[in-house]
Amino acid sequence: MRKLREFIIEKLVLLCGLASIFFVVLIFLFLLREGLAVFKTISPSAFLAGKSWYPISEPPQLGILPLILGSLVVTFGAALISIPIGVGCAIYIAEIAPKRLKEILKAGIELLAAIPSVVLGFIGMVTLVPFVKTVFHLPTGLTALSGSIMLAFMAMPTIVSIAEDALYSIPKTYKEGALAMGATHWQAIWRVMLRAASSGILAAIMLGIGRVIGETMAVMMITGNAAVIPHSLFVPVRTLTATIAAEMGEAVIGSEHYFALFAIGIVLFVISFAINVTADLFLHKRQ
Amino acid sequence: MNPYRTQRIAFFLLFMANALILLLVGFVVVVIVQKGLPAITWQFLSDVPRQGMRAGGIFPAIVGTLYLVAGAIVFALPIGLLAAIYLSEYAKDNLLTRLIKLAIVNLAGVPSVVYGLFGLALFVVFFKFGASILSGSLTLGIMILPLIITASREALESVPQSFREVSLSLGASKWQTIRHIVLPNAIPGILTGTILGLGRAAGETAPILFTVAAFYLPLLPGSIFDQVMALPYHLYVISTQVPNVDEKIRYGTAFVLLALVLFMNLIAIIIRYKFRMKKKW
Repeated sequence: MRKLREFIIEKLVLLCGLASIFFVVLIFLFLLREGLAVFKTISPSAFLAGKSWYPISEPPQLGILPLILGSLVVTFGAALISIPIGVGCAIYIAEIAPKRLKEILKAGIELLAAIPSVVLGFIGMVTLVPFVKTVFHLPTGLTALSGSIMLAFMAMPTIVSIAEDALYSIPKTYKEGALAMGATHWQAIWRVMLRAASSGILAAIMLGIGRVIGETMAVMMITGNAAVIPHSLFVPVRTLTATIAAEMGEAVIGSEHYFALFAIGIVLFVISFAINVTADLFLHKRQ
Repeated sequence: MNPYRTQRIAFFLLFMANALILLLVGFVVVVIVQKGLPAITWQFLSDVPRQGMRAGGIFPAIVGTLYLVAGAIVFALPIGLLAAIYLSEYAKDNLLTRLIKLAIVNLAGVPSVVYGLFGLALFVVFFKFGASILSGSLTLGIMILPLIITASREALESVPQSFREVSLSLGASKWQTIRHIVLPNAIPGILTGTILGLGRAAGETAPILFTVAAFYLPLLPGSIFDQVMALPYHLYVISTQVPNVDEKIRYGTAFVLLALVLFMNLIAIIIRYKFRMKKKW
């Protein structure tokens, strides 16, 4: 009896353990199931490289290049801002800050991670957007730049916490060795520790970028949502995520538009999968 | 240049990076509290939205969010906890375990709007649940699953190995050991993770866009197959979709949502802190 119970529980627990794999596969299958249908009417290359996105014109034009470039521009801007600041914060928290200050800084970063993205989007709309508009003398503040700044801010918790972990996990002897050779604390950090933690920091940056690409609500609220190919950071853009969120409500289930939005979902899923698997490899290389 | 001067400059810049982030976080919170708090009246919290959401309160959205969060946790906690028990107590160091961990990482990284698509395709269309509390809760539940698994697993693994060995040596079975020795000692950590999951589910918008959220529905739901309003979606709607909404109502809604999420985080922090004080090992 007891053996039977142990056996059943063990299998049940195993089953739940497998649930994560099951759900990842299920998500991918259902995206494929709905998304691949779009390729009956449009070739994958025309879909990915098509320059116009007019999903409700007749016939619909379903080229997502403007959306891909929109996501890329915003992501590039966000990476440019968030990588130096984020890694800098991580170094300061891990190495320099006194204990009390460290606790405060970590709490602040955790607080940031907890704020819902729609709330940040709202605050961005009422503060950041007018700010960008006046500072750069633009006709509208709803631009890729506003999105980049906001997303850089939102990527911070991911980058800081993972980079900080990476810095902590370097053996203490590295730093001690450098200091014993007469290096200053900063020289030890810059020339020894950052190099030793490089794969972990790289993983932190990748996961931060993954967060930026996948972010939806805030970016939809402050980037202006114009599905045209962007030529600079100072114009409205529309990202892949915002397109899905903004248009799925109006797309008729089973229409080409509906399938195309799912196909965008496939693109996003594949990007996030690639980023997460690579980052995971970097993180395990370290150990 | 003098290396000590370089160090001073570098440390100063690093400090500024932190100060910048902390200031911005503080700014966001202060602005919302300062402008949102005056909007909070009993009427605002207990009334339905009126005049095309330009007046009245946000009661249906609060209730909707609470339903969704409760549904998500009912689904995600049992599965997440058992999965964590598997990883911490049963799993061997093999390819399968590696795959499960990789799947968890990926599940955590899937963009929230893709969860929305998935919920739409599977629950709303395929299972024909329609846009409903059930579809929305299940979607949110799957989304917070990795968070709950990771937190619970850490809590379970932090219980010292010797506790298990003593229990097993007294003749307890593996499950009895887990049930009576490991789990009770891991409860605070599991609770912390669960509450953080609740906070995450309460604040997400994209997964509920197409699976449950109603634009305007001043009724309370009668069953789990009904649509509801939800706080984050309501905030999105009144800030972008409805023109001329009084600023006070927008800030008030943002305040309630932020307060709800931060309140949950605060409880989680308190539990963690108390537990650390009481820890026996």
